Amino acid sequence: MAADADLGEQLAARVAEAAAAGTPLRIEGSGSKAFYGRPVAGEPLPLAGHRGIVAYEPAELYVTARAGTPLAELEATLAARGQRLGCEPPRFGGRGTVGGMVAAGLSGPRRPWSWAVRDVVLGVRCINGRGEILAFGGRLMKNVAGFDAARLMAGSLGTLAVLLEVTLRVDPAPEATLTVSLECDMAEAIERLAAWGRLPLPLAGACHLDGRLHLRLEGAEASVREAAARLGGEARADDGGLWAGLRDHTLPFLSGDDPRPLWRLSVPPATPPLPLPGEWLLDWGGAQRWLRTDAPAGAVRATAERAGGHATCFRGEGIEPFHPLPPAALALHRRIKAAFDPAGILNPGRMYAEGGP
Amino acid sequence: MAQRSEITVDESAARACMAALRRALPPDTLLTDPDTLRTYECDALSAYRRLPLAVALPHDREQVRTILRITREHGVPVVPRGAGTGLSGGALPHPRGVLLSLARLNRILAIDPRNRTARVEPGVRNLAVSEAARPYGLHYAPDPSSQVACTIGGNIAENAGGVHCLKYGLTVHNVLRIEALTADGETLVAGGGGLDGPGYDLAAVLTGSEGLLAVVVEATVRLLPLPQCARVLLAAFERVEDAAAAVAAVIAGGIVPAGLEMMDNAAVRAAEDFVHAGYPTDAAAILLCELDGTEAEVEAGIARVRALLAEHGATEVRLARDEAERERFWKGRKAAFPAVGRLSPDYYCMDGTIPRREIGRVLTRIAELAREHGLPVVNVLHAGDGNLHPLILYDANRPGELERTERLGHRILEACIEAGGTVTGEHGVGVEKLDPMCRQFDEATLRQFHALREAFDPRRLLNPGKAVPTLARCAEHRAMHVRGGRLPFPELERF
Repeated sequence: MAADADLGEQLAARVAEAAAAGTPLRIEGSGSKAFYGRPVAGEPLPLAGHRGIVAYEPAELYVTARAGTPLAELEATLAARGQRLGCEPPRFGGRGTVGGMVAAGLSGPRRPWSWAVRDVVLGVRCINGRGEILAFGGRLMKNVAGFDAARLMAGSLGTLAVLLEVTLRVDPAPEATLTVSLECDMAEAIERLAAWGRLPLPLAGACHLDGRLHLRLEGAEASVREAAARLGGEARADDGGLWAGLRDHTLPFLSGDDPRPLWRLSVPPATPPLPLPGEWLLDWGGAQRWLRTDAPAGAVRATAERAGGHATCFRGEGIEPFHPLPPAALALHRRIKAAFDPAGILNPGRMYAEGGP
Repeated sequence: MAQRSEITVDESAARACMAALRRALPPDTLLTDPDTLRTYECDALSAYRRLPLAVALPHDREQVRTILRITREHGVPVVPRGAGTGLSGGALPHPRGVLLSLARLNRILAIDPRNRTARVEPGVRNLAVSEAARPYGLHYAPDPSSQVACTIGGNIAENAGGVHCLKYGLTVHNVLRIEALTADGETLVAGGGGLDGPGYDLAAVLTGSEGLLAVVVEATVRLLPLPQCARVLLAAFERVEDAAAAVAAVIAGGIVPAGLEMMDNAAVRAAEDFVHAGYPTDAAAILLCELDGTEAEVEAGIARVRALLAEHGATEVRLARDEAERERFWKGRKAAFPAVGRLSPDYYCMDGTIPRREIGRVLTRIAELAREHGLPVVNVLHAGDGNLHPLILYDANRPGELERTERLGHRILEACIEAGGTVTGEHGVGVEKLDPMCRQFDEATLRQFHALREAFDPRRLLNPGKAVPTLARCAEHRAMHVRGGRLPFPELERF
């Protein structure tokens, strides 16, 4: 295991130098999500050495870790105290850092019933594009002092600031977990989820693949058993790696050698099956839908938009990864980028092209 | 970067703006009569009062857009306002600006039980959303104490919390999509119909931005299933420190209560005298701990909390036997502010948040400071999330007492910052906490806030002079005080 180290000052000096010289920087964690977003031409700014848990107070429900801290290490530390991250971040290839988790803003199967990555971000220390070290938010759940720039960092893919340290809300791990599986097609799964969503069930995952609807229940032993009985179907404590595979994209649908692009559609959960060719995997109770398709990008995006959502090309060659923004929104994104990074040196173009974020 | 002074408007620009607004809007949409304007001179922080140039009461978003375009053209500031229940002066009018009331945009546009969302205009009251959702077994979780009056638009501006936010999150966790108009009248969509939107998370940054970034004209909020059952425990302690330790123990014990509130002896006695909640008036402090969920889950949780409270020195632990008793226990807590208002001609309400483990130490420090300043302080806390509401009792008619109160208030906020806390947990900065903001944030961070604001509103016309202090202004002292022992909206519960 690498030694913990605080490289904050050196990193800030490096950013300040790059800003002065106009040198673009490519921020790197473990590289597990390097495929996500547009390629960045720039000098690497590695953060892996800037690592270590700075503070962890289980009774305060927060943990502060340096950006380069491996997620696996952080989550093991929390698990030892019976706690976890509600946002269930993916570890692609078993890797991933705390900084990369926040920068990418990707949440796991539990997201609709617990928190998104941005929800658990309580505070950050970061370096803006001027090389200044700034602190937003803090270690408290309830804090309305100043703009919520800490949560703005989640999903900004390093285009606004270099994350140095993040403080995250942690939650108690549940007493019991059960997975219930039912045979049904996708349309019926969506119908059932729309009805069950209104009931106070201890849901913590709902996905549909290969003609089966899988529901994860978490909570007190008694309430989990009661809910499983109510839902019917086959209940088991051992999920056979289903939820971890869904989270980390090791399920064949998500990881396989399928040459077709992998799309992520974010839509209202009860949206009926969408008229696009290809194979579907429903996650987040229908709010996140994975699609393997050869359909043109424009058709996928228009369909997602008509349903009130948006589409990301998660894996695919030669396709813009992120849903295009209307001109006024793109202009605002560029002004926000410039407000944090006037020289445009931090991961330029990682999200959108032409000098954008 | 942004360190210019706040906006100035000359007389002729203001006059031209008024004339243009009059031409563009129906007569009932623009109020300029001084007596009518007086209704809008302050929000619930009544120590600050100012008359605006005019009050605009648009009927729809196109009128909002028209107002923004005209005011921008003339360089006239706009102060958005919901119900005016804010406690930090965020809706205080600008003397050369237009007060933009969103009160008439008050339609619930859709309740979507299948997707568990409500699409509403900004002037819809918080409680009205839950009332509309109830027939579907759903509710809107954030429940600030002013929920019968406060609006969703105001809740978004302030990132409102409430008793249940430890478990269910603040406004930021429960708003999925925001449609807003920028200062130049452009539509801005943040978030999406699903659980996220493309690009930067603008919904996160708009929430809690106190009306400085954009004017919300529509929001889609998340609805949650009503819990199957909720039960509340009341625990009495002989020492405040024990109660504080018990709070930490409950959270450390892996329990996320739906509500965990604390009151000190003075608050307990005041509340008991006022509403007869059945509180033990000899206790140094009491805790109210509510759990919700399925019957089985709540029952198991109550047993664990009971044991933890007893272990940490509770002299008495009572479970509300039925719904009537549960409501009575809560009634005392919710009546705490007006109850304290009966003890003193004036009181000043603070809103710091600190790490839970610091509660005992900070309360001791507050007691010391109170003695030093010769003023009584009554403490009411959202203990579960470390949010303190110390109430300083004073009499503004006694010479020097108001100034002493303000000094004590600032010392209390300093103690919160020193304990690793924040100067505002849920009431916002507004005009009230501009000075303490200077202590909490360094200059570079404040400059970054200004730059972010100018990315949205380059001319700084939206709610100027609020939320983020200019560096020049950092020396100013501001404080909130309650006149005549009452807040505006005396009928509202304050907790």
